Amino acid sequence: MDLDSRIPEGPIEKKWDTRRFDMKLVNPANKRKYTVIVVGSGLAGGAAAASMAELGYNVLNFCYQDSPRRAHSIAAQGGINAAKNYQNDGDSVWRLFYDTVKGGDYRAREANVYRLAQISVNIIDQCVAQGVPFAREYGGTLSNRSFGGAQVSRTFYARGQTGQQLLLGAYQALERQIGAGKVKMFPRTEMLDVVTVDGVARGIIARNLSTGKIEAYAADAVVLATGGYGNMFYLSTNAKGCSATAIWRAHKRGAYFANPCFTQIHPTCIPVAGEFQSKLTLMSESLRNDGRIWVPTKKGDERKPGDIPEAERDYYLERRYPAFGNLVPRDVASRAAKLCCDEGRGVGPGGRGVYLDFSDSIGRLGAGTIRERYGNLFDMYERITGEDPYTVPMRIYPAIHYTMGGLWVDYNLQSTIPGMFVGGEANFSDHGANRLGASALMQGLADGYFILPLTVGNYLAQTTGPKVDTTHAAFQDALKGVNATTSKLLGIKGKRTVDSFHRELGKLMWENCGMARNEAGLKDALQKIPALREEFWKNVTIPGVGAEMNQELEKAGRVADFLELAELFATDALERKESCGGHFREESHTPDGEALRDDDGYCYAAAWEYKGPKERQVLHKESLAFEHVHLTQRSYK
Amino acid sequence: MRTFALTLHVWRQKSAKDGGRFAEYKAPNVSEHMSFLEMLDVVNQDLIAKGDDPIAFDHDCREGICGMCGFMVNGSAHGPHRGTTVCQLHMRHFQDGEELWLEPWRSAAFPIVKDLAVDRSALDRIIAAGGFISVPTGSAVDGNATPVPKVDAELSMDAAACIGCGACVAMCPNASAALFTSAKIGHLGLLPQGQPERHDRALKMVAQANVEGFGHCTSVGECEAVCPKQIPITFIARMNRDFLDAVIHERPQSDRGGSG
Ligand SMILES: Cc1cc2nc3c(=O)[nH]c(=O)nc-3n(C[C@H](O)[C@H](O)[C@H](O)COP(=O)(O)OP(=O)(O)OC[C@H]3O[C@@H](n4cnc5c(N)ncnc54)[C@H](O)[C@@H]3O)c2cc1C
Ligand code: FES
Repeated sequence: MDLDSRIPEGPIEKKWDTRRFDMKLVNPANKRKYTVIVVGSGLAGGAAAASMAELGYNVLNFCYQDSPRRAHSIAAQGGINAAKNYQNDGDSVWRLFYDTVKGGDYRAREANVYRLAQISVNIIDQCVAQGVPFAREYGGTLSNRSFGGAQVSRTFYARGQTGQQLLLGAYQALERQIGAGKVKMFPRTEMLDVVTVDGVARGIIARNLSTGKIEAYAADAVVLATGGYGNMFYLSTNAKGCSATAIWRAHKRGAYFANPCFTQIHPTCIPVAGEFQSKLTLMSESLRNDGRIWVPTKKGDERKPGDIPEAERDYYLERRYPAFGNLVPRDVASRAAKLCCDEGRGVGPGGRGVYLDFSDSIGRLGAGTIRERYGNLFDMYERITGEDPYTVPMRIYPAIHYTMGGLWVDYNLQSTIPGMFVGGEANFSDHGANRLGASALMQGLADGYFILPLTVGNYLAQTTGPKVDTTHAAFQDALKGVNATTSKLLGIKGKRTVDSFHRELGKLMWENCGMARNEAGLKDALQKIPALREEFWKNVTIPGVGAEMNQELEKAGRVADFLELAELFATDALERKESCGGHFREESHTPDGEALRDDDGYCYAAAWEYKGPKERQVLHKESLAFEHVHLTQRSYK
Repeated sequence: MRTFALTLHVWRQKSAKDGGRFAEYKAPNVSEHMSFLEMLDVVNQDLIAKGDDPIAFDHDCREGICGMCGFMVNGSAHGPHRGTTVCQLHMRHFQDGEELWLEPWRSAAFPIVKDLAVDRSALDRIIAAGGFISVPTGSAVDGNATPVPKVDAELSMDAAACIGCGACVAMCPNASAALFTSAKIGHLGLLPQGQPERHDRALKMVAQANVEGFGHCTSVGECEAVCPKQIPITFIARMNRDFLDAVIHERPQSDRGGSG
């Protein structure tokens, strides 16, 4: 199949208008004749489900948590970008577009990013109207802060709980539609397969996590908004249940997977404390506005931070990147921290940490102001580490945080399976090789509120196929397949727990496919992953049965998928010999150690096609044209 | 690093239909740096290795924000530490040799799913009854069109911080959901955008809480004490006022819609 991104013709400012005008519409009275499945209730899925129900479609919405309000979007702290220019500091749709393309290191599709910047302003309006309690100035207007990778203040926030408040806005809109009977909600239900009839998406197979019952659901279109796959690394800032399962199984049914190796490593997370560690906690990037990052100039300096004089501290970001200082993009900040620790200048147990120090800003602004801005983050840090960041600098270290890669979609957010759309972190569309802070919430809501409801409608208006229901052979076959996999997993009865495999995979991926990658390490990973996968299918142990709540079985299915995706991840990373954004190939850097792109060789999105369990996946390239933001080496100096 | 041993008495129950009982487990090697759930992870790994069924408990973000986790530790919702969900409760607060009793939330409105996991969908239905502002996508005015006094926005945010975990219900001797319900009514009612539906909202949400079988509030205050987000019971007073106002000003037309 050709990779047609279906970008509208015409000037970039007009593309989305053009597409909206060209779309086919479903007559209001006919909308109730269509059913749409939305998997995921995060910002992307929740917003899409609510908005499509408002339009009149019947929506079936699925999530694995016990309530749609708990989707992982809830955990986002720092904020959401929008080109409102309320601060009169020179922001514009064009600048947000430019920053996002540049921040993504020129590996995103320009037309999508432009649309995202355009829609950003509507998102803020919508959220305010829903009652999202954004931070305000004394005069009652909305407050903004600045965020990494930008020199304007365009980030809207609700204390350190922006994701929570945006998600509650979407969730409340969703509950309104549930109450009105337009959305049927399936919480604690995990999608385990996509069903296609004649190559077109017509439904899903899902397991009720309370009863274990596996059932089929039919619809006229399917939307996946199931979040990112950072948990492949075991330790990440993602919630424990985040997985690749939905998108991976869709991939095996024909949806191309784009740029799997584009992962974001967040520079400011609480360092690992021990072997029992089950997840990592992010400290919002917004802290870099007022905190200064440093390590001792001397190797192995064991003194307490307060005992290290100013002259013996290296504020390495301010030194290396005077223009952006502590606000350089995440990939740059993460690598710089790794470098210091590799040199033996890291702090804290194990030497994998750097200081994030607020003493200057507390001196300048007072502890009260700092508490008002970051109180809940400081409390969280204190709860986890037992240290008081008002008096002792925080210790931070990079951790896996976000996945820019995901299912390939065209401009309409449709995957290579007709009738299956993908929104939010689950798709690959807008962030290229690195995502700027406060842009994932923006993308999730742009997709959910303003893009999917239109593009799915446009698809439905043109569908001609007959209605199908779950008695169709395709559903019955898919059901059989899912039941067989479940029985197989339960039947292994080996010696190792699911977690032990997951931890081993995570460690391998972090070491070989983490912040810095090289050919030898990637090839080594490509040897070890299949071996680990083989062992998993022979030696994993899952207690209990399928027909009940069985959390080990849930985890096993997710880890099985990670073990497959990991191989594609390493393959993609090996294939892309350049460095770009979060993908740093040690073989490709500038003389001063920055990521060096190879635009002649790799200015494309890599979309992988699944060919079968034993076959090598086939690479399709969507070449990227940069007509507006010209290709230059990124510089934050 | 301090390590120590604990004895756990954990409520085990296969499903809502089955009976439950306490089972005793040893946690011999607890590190002070673990979170409470990480301590249970280790206990579960041992159970699985022995071929036993691990303890089921709900959790997801492990950052104190999704509201998925929660059970009773020695009779206190989310454990002994104030303002903390059990996923953020760290073991440094416990001593060697302690005995801990872990039980699910107990309320008629929260049927047990398995072990420590309960069904809290009743809380979602309270929101569905009126915990929203009816503003369809696309119909919003500019974000700065309506100024909101900073104090109101801040107070609204205090209420909006509710994570919907259900600890307030679990701790209340009447199993009342008043703190939960009032937090949403306070969040939306403090904002200008929330005014048009303010009365309706109070009436409908309170009515739904009754339908779900939650008890009445008698101002015991246990809910505030265990709320991981420390939402104050003054929001309950605010809810009662909105509710009374609504009863006095009730416009019976509002529910029936137009005739045309
Ligand atoms: C700690 C943290 C802080 C962050 N802070 C920021 C920030 O400040 N600003 C910013 O812009 N971005 C931030 N991000 C990123 C951002 O939060 C996410 O990228 C975004 O919220 C993802 O939204 P989503 O709707 O795509 O997916 P999610 O919110 O992850 O939702 C996924 C949904 O899919 C469901 N699901 C998944 N798999 C299945 C399945 N198989 N079956 C059924 N349902 C399934 C889940 O139940 C859930 O409802 C942060 C991320 C983290 C981890
Ligand atoms: S697991 Fe999310 S609040 Fe505890």
